[in-house]
Amino acid sequence: MIDFEPVARPDAPLARRNPVAKLAAALLFAFPLLATLDPVAPAIALAVELAVLPLFGLRYRVLLRRAWPLLLAAGGVLVTLVLFAADRSGRVLLDAGPIMVTSSVLLTALGLVLRLFAVALPGVIVFATTDPTDLADALVQNAKAPARFAIGALAAFRLLPLLSQEWQMIAMARRARGVDAGRNPVAKLRLFASTAFTLLVGAIRRGTRLAVAMDARGFDSTTPRTFARHQPFSTADWLLLICAPALAATALTISITLGTFTPLTP
Amino acid sequence: MGGVRLRGFGWRHAGRRAWAVRGVDLWVRRGERVLLLGPSGAGKSTLLAALAGLLPEDSGEQEGTIEIDGRPPAEVRERVGIVFQDPQSQLVMARSGDDVAFGLENRGVPAAQIWPRVDEVLHRVGFPYHRDRPTAALSGGEQQRLALAGALALRPDLLLLDEPTANLDPAGADLVRAAIARAVDGDTTLILVEHRIADALPLVDRVVVLEAGGGVRADGTPEAVFAAHGDALAADGVWVPGRQFPPRPAAAPAGEVLLTADRLGQPPRLAPTNLTVRAGEALAVLGPNGAGKSTLALLLGGLLKPGTGRLSASTELAGADARTAPHRWRAPALARRIGSVFQDPEHQFVTSTVFDELALGPRRTGATDVVVRQRVDDLLQRLRLDKLAGANPYTLSGGEARRLSVATALATAPRLVICDEPTFGQDRRTWQELVDLFAELRDAGHGLVTVTHDTDFVAALADRTLTLRPVP
Repeated sequence: MIDFEPVARPDAPLARRNPVAKLAAALLFAFPLLATLDPVAPAIALAVELAVLPLFGLRYRVLLRRAWPLLLAAGGVLVTLVLFAADRSGRVLLDAGPIMVTSSVLLTALGLVLRLFAVALPGVIVFATTDPTDLADALVQNAKAPARFAIGALAAFRLLPLLSQEWQMIAMARRARGVDAGRNPVAKLRLFASTAFTLLVGAIRRGTRLAVAMDARGFDSTTPRTFARHQPFSTADWLLLICAPALAATALTISITLGTFTPLTP
Repeated sequence: MGGVRLRGFGWRHAGRRAWAVRGVDLWVRRGERVLLLGPSGAGKSTLLAALAGLLPEDSGEQEGTIEIDGRPPAEVRERVGIVFQDPQSQLVMARSGDDVAFGLENRGVPAAQIWPRVDEVLHRVGFPYHRDRPTAALSGGEQQRLALAGALALRPDLLLLDEPTANLDPAGADLVRAAIARAVDGDTTLILVEHRIADALPLVDRVVVLEAGGGVRADGTPEAVFAAHGDALAADGVWVPGRQFPPRPAAAPAGEVLLTADRLGQPPRLAPTNLTVRAGEALAVLGPNGAGKSTLALLLGGLLKPGTGRLSASTELAGADARTAPHRWRAPALARRIGSVFQDPEHQFVTSTVFDELALGPRRTGATDVVVRQRVDDLLQRLRLDKLAGANPYTLSGGEARRLSVATALATAPRLVICDEPTFGQDRRTWQELVDLFAELRDAGHGLVTVTHDTDFVAALADRTLTLRPVP
């Protein structure tokens, strides 16, 4: 099941930062890295990310548990490149008929895998250290996002875990009615579609009831909203916002100095 | 403040031919506590939604007038609070205190006043935890108390409660009623819709009964209303207090063993349980919320793979298939032998008409068209669904949907029927029909297992009870 709860020590110096600052810093850090295809810049970025992890109060083991889908994606990138890379120059490392693994293939693959990690990890770290309620609050208070959207999304978010329970119930109820697909793939597909439809009907009904309950407590009122939890935006938050792109720029500069920089558009 | 006046009020939802509620004349003075009754479909929930200002003008057609302190409800929304039936779909936030604060934030209460007010109202409803407690970790009764706190934090002059205890076990319902009794002060007008009247009476000083076809049938103190209209109300399905039900004990001793559970369990939800289920016997499974009753029902129904122990069927129930565990049987074979009725009827509906819904099981298990037709007609008549044969199952009322879900489980004539809270939220008439139907099934040699909190149901029907303890 997807886990949304933060898993970090909440008092760690960077975990405490304003959620909007953290999110913006993650974007500002990761985005510039997209400019290059070489393995050096993302490797430096990754090293930086792993080095600041303790400041977020996050343990490496916890991060691994959160980030395992990335490992799958990395494996996928590796296999795809080995099978389909167009550029097969450089030293031949393995020649198995149609599949020829060369040093350039491996280098490109390494670059892409590192890039994947370097760009995705900041997001993983931010969401692992941020309470969804605080994020919604900060989005409204600091980023001036509409409350109707941010708080509404937060409320909908809370209902997500219910969907997997609901799916199980509907599937069991169908079996109790004598409906199963056996080994027939077409019947399986139809059963899946009809289960999904029942789930959707239920989700819409529940969502509607929740929306009515929220409006009954004045969510649709025209009075300006106040905030029970003030989300301060301090000097430290600004500092985080400045440091993140500066670190990314440093990584790119080192890559350029070493001559490994490979721009995305040649 | 908080006075309510309705003159010839009626409301018809857009796209519906029938009026949800009509011809209601009612005057409720400030501070009065009113129990609103009526057979299912009399429009009680619609009336509450109208008072809460939750029926937008473009969502239907209004007749007559409805006023709170002389103004339409839409203009005085901030003075009205409402609590609904389902805790899951009215809590907004992940933390308990935040959820109470949500309404205060919406109304623009200054930040400095919010937390003191949250703590005060949580204390008032007897909320037993700190305000940081995750809402997901609360029991149903605690969640409803929190929802009540969320409504009371806004200091409403008029508080509307739409079956606030209907989804709760008896202990949870007691908690919520105690919270209502201690938290609602004398200045607040209270209008309560509740099925189980006897439990709700201590909270109110006036009873208003809506007529199914429109208008108000009775209005006055509980004693006066039930003395004058008790019999007629009971016949209409209203749970008039103090009326006993004739018990329906088994006509013959229990028959052959159908299922044997040997240390059957599902950690962490159900502790290992030993149990035999017999033909011609009604077994009631009791226990507090969280003891794993529903899980046991799913296991006995062959719908869940046992986590511990085993479940075996007798040859009496399954013939040659008795060698394999029920959860491994193909679905049509399972449906012929064990019928399951789920807590939420809507989970079970697969087709788009009531007729097809009943015909589905027999067709899947290979009955001929003539047999299917006959069996469906029998069930339609037996459960008063004959006029609804062409209706979409999702459009049925709560009582109709429950009767249909029971009928679908019986359509394949299974030897064993397993029901999870079949009488939940039902009016008296449907309740009595279900008891009669189950008693007949049992006396015809079927096995019956019912998971229930309903003590009246147990007293009327159960031949044997099994009480589950919460998993330690």
